[in-house]
Amino acid sequence: MFDPTLPNLSLRYKLPLQASALVLVTALLLTSAILVREYQQSRQDLFNSAESTAKLLATTLVQPLIHDDLWRVYALLHAPFDPVDPWPLGADSLLVLDSDQRVYVASEPRRFPIGMALAEVDGPFASLPGHMDGILEAGFQALTPADSEYFLFVVPIHFDGVALGSLAMAYPRALVLPRFQSIVTRALFATGLVLVLMLPLTWWLGRRVAQPLVHLSGCMNQIGDQLPSEDACTLPDSRDEIGQLGQSFRQLLSQLRDKAALEQGMLASERLAAVGRITAGIAHEINNPLGGMLNAISTHRRHGDADPLTARTLSLLDRGLKQVRDTVGALLVEARVTQHALSPQDLQDMQTLVSPDAQKRSVQVEWHSEIRSDLDLPSSPVRQILLNLVLNAIQAGDAGSTVRCTVHLSGRFLHIGVTNHGRPIVREQMQHLFEPFVSGSGQGSGLGLWVTYQLVSQLQGRIEVTSGDDGETRFDVYLPLSPEENL
Amino acid sequence: MIRRREFLASGLLLTGLFTSSAARSAEPYRIGLTPVLLEDQITFLKRWRAYLERRLGAPVQFVQRASYQEVTDLLLRGHLDLAWLCGYPYVLNADRLGLLSIPLYAGRPVYRSYILVWDEDATSRSLTDLEGRIFAFSDPLSNSGYLFPQYVLSVLQFRPEQFFRRTFFTWSHRRVIEAVAAGLAEAGAVDGYVWDMLARQRPDITSRTRIVERSPYFGFPPLVTGIQLPPARRERLSELFLTMHEDPEGRDLLEQLGLSGFTPGERSDYDDILLMAEELRRV
Repeated sequence: MFDPTLPNLSLRYKLPLQASALVLVTALLLTSAILVREYQQSRQDLFNSAESTAKLLATTLVQPLIHDDLWRVYALLHAPFDPVDPWPLGADSLLVLDSDQRVYVASEPRRFPIGMALAEVDGPFASLPGHMDGILEAGFQALTPADSEYFLFVVPIHFDGVALGSLAMAYPRALVLPRFQSIVTRALFATGLVLVLMLPLTWWLGRRVAQPLVHLSGCMNQIGDQLPSEDACTLPDSRDEIGQLGQSFRQLLSQLRDKAALEQGMLASERLAAVGRITAGIAHEINNPLGGMLNAISTHRRHGDADPLTARTLSLLDRGLKQVRDTVGALLVEARVTQHALSPQDLQDMQTLVSPDAQKRSVQVEWHSEIRSDLDLPSSPVRQILLNLVLNAIQAGDAGSTVRCTVHLSGRFLHIGVTNHGRPIVREQMQHLFEPFVSGSGQGSGLGLWVTYQLVSQLQGRIEVTSGDDGETRFDVYLPLSPEENL
Repeated sequence: MIRRREFLASGLLLTGLFTSSAARSAEPYRIGLTPVLLEDQITFLKRWRAYLERRLGAPVQFVQRASYQEVTDLLLRGHLDLAWLCGYPYVLNADRLGLLSIPLYAGRPVYRSYILVWDEDATSRSLTDLEGRIFAFSDPLSNSGYLFPQYVLSVLQFRPEQFFRRTFFTWSHRRVIEAVAAGLAEAGAVDGYVWDMLARQRPDITSRTRIVERSPYFGFPPLVTGIQLPPARRERLSELFLTMHEDPEGRDLLEQLGLSGFTPGERSDYDDILLMAEELRRV
């Protein structure tokens, strides 16, 4: 959502904007500093030029002033303003005052007529009266009255120590402007060029800095009913604060995933336990009358003399009831009291038992067993578990692939791992994997994994499945070596 | 000494050289000019000199100085053969100078002095209305630009320094007009012929002045020779100027000067000026 107020603005825009503002401010400050310097330089140049002009003119004026040759003084003052051939003097108006501080002659005689008192002089020279005392001693003076549009330059005209008068020149302040304006134009052009180059760069850099944060924020927003997948959030792997943030976020995600997996596992085992209890209850309720019925049929057969039709019917009933018993028996998984502990020989037997199936499906079976002595585990459930898992793996494995089976001790647990390569278990299957009458392959009763799960549960172990898109499916079974201690 | 050597050299060269070379090596004519003319017409002076050299068969030098006095002094000391002077310095030194000819302005050998005011003065009607003004004179030896107004004031028992607030000389008639036009002076006295000529060339300047008084007619500034000028040279010069209007180029030059020709003239043509000068000397 685009909110234009600054505190709520996305970093995506805020950072580039702030960086751009910084570049702008820097450029403006630098330009201003240069312009101020240039203005002062222009002014100083004007003052220097005015000083040399004033002193030269004052020297030239000595002779005509001594001779009281008013026309010659006027001709000298007026020459730069000749309408036909003007000089670029710069001054707007020149004024020669006599030693009594009256206008001797001016370049604008109509404005400043001969004999005008200094106090009456206005316009460019209005601020002159206050500055004429001691002009002879002061020499050249530059006056910059604040309220005037002119710079005033005054120089005494003297000969042999006697003051003949003084020369005043009025230069418009605007004279500094044309040169200054050309500098301003160039400075603005250069600044504009820098900005044109710098602003996109700054914008890009700002975006680059903001991008990981924006991405992280987007990932965090995705956390809701389900967690974002690993590859949906590629976080920066740097060591700076953003990198640390990314790392923390990854940890958080992984913890959340573990928690979700745990919750799902607990739900599944509760469901399976409930199913187990119901199944066991029903199996017992069926088994009692079933046993009676089978006994009755057996008794009837022993007493003979049944007509062929009855005998055939009984035989049919007997077969059907036995099938019911087998099915119920298969559902009712019970770890019987063991005859002997699990031995390396049992594992050897398994290899022999599965080899025909493996050959039939042309699947290689690799066995890695580290069991060298008898273990404190009942042999038949473990054999059943191992057999079910390996036969399943052979069934699911692609032709020519390899099924790996590892059996080894891991702390106080026996770890059985079975891996195959083939069609992966899809998510929907995974949720009901250990429930009865669920068959992944379409063959078999669908009771194999149910039985396996029940056996593992009875041995107080746990079973885990991982199935990746790379086709590797792996079952891990962990069985505690002395189950009673875990109770 | 120098003159004789030059003369000898020219005699030697005359034998086998062209006339133009002879003209170059002949004794040059030195002619003094004063600001009775519009002085800054360099291109005109070049044309005029070429014409004079052709007619005289000898080089011509124009000599210009800042004041009438300097030109008059050069003429009196024999450094010039001829000068175009104001009538005033001529009558002052008439015994030591010879009148060659008088230009004809509008067909008559006379001119007038004009009293000018600047364009901000709309009320003054004569020189006597100009009391307390800043007044520009042209030259202390100018009749129209100094003697005449000084004489008029003296009749009223005034001296210019008292009558005017401030006076100054511009050393030329044209610059009097410029001073009044610029407002440097509020009024001035000027040669009427120069004002008329300037009004033809630069009406933008003269239009900022107003003529409040015209003097009676005086003898036009004459062409004057030193008395030591050899009669032959004097005769050639006289003949040249008196016949200048007869050939086309001479007429064209006269047209540019605003003149119609030259007349021999009489010393008595300047008696009025002499009278004023003597009256002033008496006062």
